Amino acid sequence: MLGRNANGVFWMSRYLERAENVARLLDVGFRLALTRGLDASQEEEWRSVLITIGQDDDYSEKFDDYSGPQVFNYILRDRENASSVMQMIANARSNARAVRTSITNEVWEATNESFMILRDQLSRPVRESNLGEILTSVRRQATLVRGAIEGSMLRNEVFNFSRIGTFIERADNTARILDVKYYVLLPSVAWVGSDLDNAQWDTLLRSVAGDRAYRWLNAGRMDPRSITQFLVLDGQFPRSLVFCYDKIRSNMSGLALQYGEETEAHEIMRGAGARLHQTTIDDIFDVGLHQFIQNFLSETTRIGNAIAADYRFME
Amino acid sequence: MKSDESANYDEMLGEDGSIRPAYAGFREWYDEQDPRWLKKQDAEAERFFRRIGITFNVYGDNDAEERLIPFDMIPRIITAREWRKLTRGIEQRVRALNAFLQDLYHRQEIIRAGRLPMWIMRENAAFLPQMVGFTPPGGIYTHIVGIDLVRTGPEEFMVLEDNARTPSGVSYMLENRETMMNMFPELFTRIPVCPVSDYPRRLARSLRESAPDCAAERPVVAVLTPGIYNSAYFEHAFLADQMGAELVEGSDLRVVNGRVCMRTTTGYQPIDVLYRRVDDEYLDPLSFTPDSVLGIAGIMDVYRSGGITIANAPGTGIADDKAIYSFMPDIVEFYTGEKPLLPNVPTWRCSEPDALAYVLDNLKDLVVKEVHGSGGYGMLIGPASSRKELSRFEKKLRARPDNYIAQPTLSLSTVPIFTRAGLAPRHVDLRPFVLVSPNGVNITPGGLTRVAMRKGSLVVNSSQGGGTKDSWVLED
Repeated sequence: MLGRNANGVFWMSRYLERAENVARLLDVGFRLALTRGLDASQEEEWRSVLITIGQDDDYSEKFDDYSGPQVFNYILRDRENASSVMQMIANARSNARAVRTSITNEVWEATNESFMILRDQLSRPVRESNLGEILTSVRRQATLVRGAIEGSMLRNEVFNFSRIGTFIERADNTARILDVKYYVLLPSVAWVGSDLDNAQWDTLLRSVAGDRAYRWLNAGRMDPRSITQFLVLDGQFPRSLVFCYDKIRSNMSGLALQYGEETEAHEIMRGAGARLHQTTIDDIFDVGLHQFIQNFLSETTRIGNAIAADYRFME
Repeated sequence: MKSDESANYDEMLGEDGSIRPAYAGFREWYDEQDPRWLKKQDAEAERFFRRIGITFNVYGDNDAEERLIPFDMIPRIITAREWRKLTRGIEQRVRALNAFLQDLYHRQEIIRAGRLPMWIMRENAAFLPQMVGFTPPGGIYTHIVGIDLVRTGPEEFMVLEDNARTPSGVSYMLENRETMMNMFPELFTRIPVCPVSDYPRRLARSLRESAPDCAAERPVVAVLTPGIYNSAYFEHAFLADQMGAELVEGSDLRVVNGRVCMRTTTGYQPIDVLYRRVDDEYLDPLSFTPDSVLGIAGIMDVYRSGGITIANAPGTGIADDKAIYSFMPDIVEFYTGEKPLLPNVPTWRCSEPDALAYVLDNLKDLVVKEVHGSGGYGMLIGPASSRKELSRFEKKLRARPDNYIAQPTLSLSTVPIFTRAGLAPRHVDLRPFVLVSPNGVNITPGGLTRVAMRKGSLVVNSSQGGGTKDSWVLED
């Protein structure tokens, strides 16, 4: 397989995953805005969505306020926004197009069709009345492509690079969401389980599609430790940091098996995975959640870079 | 440019309105169909093409980043007898093209014999000095050729153009057939049509047969593309996919230990045969355009030392140049010792004073083309031009007569297309695809029929709004 094509499927999957996660975040922002009366706190909520996805700086250069429609249109479809959801879908598609000979027709057609459908839906400004429908559509299209990958691709190197892309992106996204909201989870003596806090935690869980899963596992108990435990260390939850690292590790083993040898990236991954598994919730709060996440993000970047270098993504 | 259809040869209808034998089976089927259902199928076809992503990019057209070539669902039909006759003419022409290239880059007997003027090479950018004295592996220059044919009567086929560099459009031949078989499967059970679907397999075989001596037991074939923004990217990816070959870009390749190698996830792996869809001038920054990022530094050295087969060979462009075209009847005769079976369209070389005088006198009736132009750009269609356009073109022509050739306005044959009002005749041409290897010449029964979608128009180029059709060769 060409190194450039490995890079292509890796990024195709990353962009799709990122588009989906941004749609989830927008969904949560929208939900909160609906349940809040005050304009000021609504704006704060939208701003925090921009901060989470790292677009607040560019946004505030262009706009002065944070009205909902202005923010979600910027994130979804603004032509000046190089990281808009539309642009990510377009990037996913152009990567898929460049690696057409490595992916199945089903995967290409699903990606191409997603692009066409979303381009049509995002060709006009999005209103509050159809935002929900569009966000559902983004999630559904990303799911369709993932399904096509799952159902039609050989379990070979191409599949492994695609999955590694998905889970590196997902690990990164879950960590960022946690980071922006970490103050909500800081144990506080003043904490009495007020309504506001509960709503914030709920938001956090919803943005990673983990609200129901969390409730199943924790029988209605809502506290910062359990939530952090769930998002970082739960091995069953498909968006937790541990889960993502386990997946990356197993897909990397697939590569080693096929190529008959491990690379430096495997060693880095093994170390990072082992450290994460040994981490307890107490360790996290001892280091500080924010610091823990910063360390995790740079570790994830390091893994991604090592894979790109070892498998010759670029010259 | 407009023409009066009644004066043209209609490939479906005889002069008395009867159906010609080629179309008998098809018309019988067509007349049984519900017109509303046909309209629905027609609309479906476009959606199908968009979904699978057969689009092309048009140069200089930023808004329409990816356009679709219109597809017309009425097949263009050729009988087995007509096809046999055509293939003999095509094979003769392709053999002559290869012999001509071999000669031109070696002893130049044809020039010594006075059958071709020296200047035609000397002043031609398509002639590559780097190829002089070198014979490509297997002695083949043009591995893949597309011969553009037009028809003016029941037995009258003429060659309009030879495409000996990197002919494109073969993916449309294959996808058009695929689409037709999806839309109207019963047609193919009723009418015996020669299959075209094994073209990619034949192409792969033909390329492997042309591998250099140093090649692996099963030669490694790769398709070189300029990348996803190239207008024919879909076709490059399609062919690589169908052949099971890697689709590579210049940045994937590098010369390692005297071989051209591609960067795989586990290291550099040698390529034996490179089917390149990149023009000569971008192929090797060391030999040609220094700032080219599409090519591979040093590939020409590897090539000349026998380390790789490049298909088509660099420098084949000299054989399909429009200035050379006008000499093709002589070229065919010189190398085969036979009269050409397929005639040329009569052509005036404006570089010759007598011809220039004639062209200037008759500009309003002629088609004038740039010698090095392609894709229908920069040409004058006399009958369709205003007096102002004619006089402007006349100035250009007088300033650089050697840059132009002229041809009569042909009364091209028509084939029906599907319109909201039913079948309507439109002008067509035909590009059959020819494969050449040391083991022989192979012509796929069918080809790409391009059709002018507008009534009366003679311009079939996709860059100028032309469409395509499935092209059928009937089995005996």
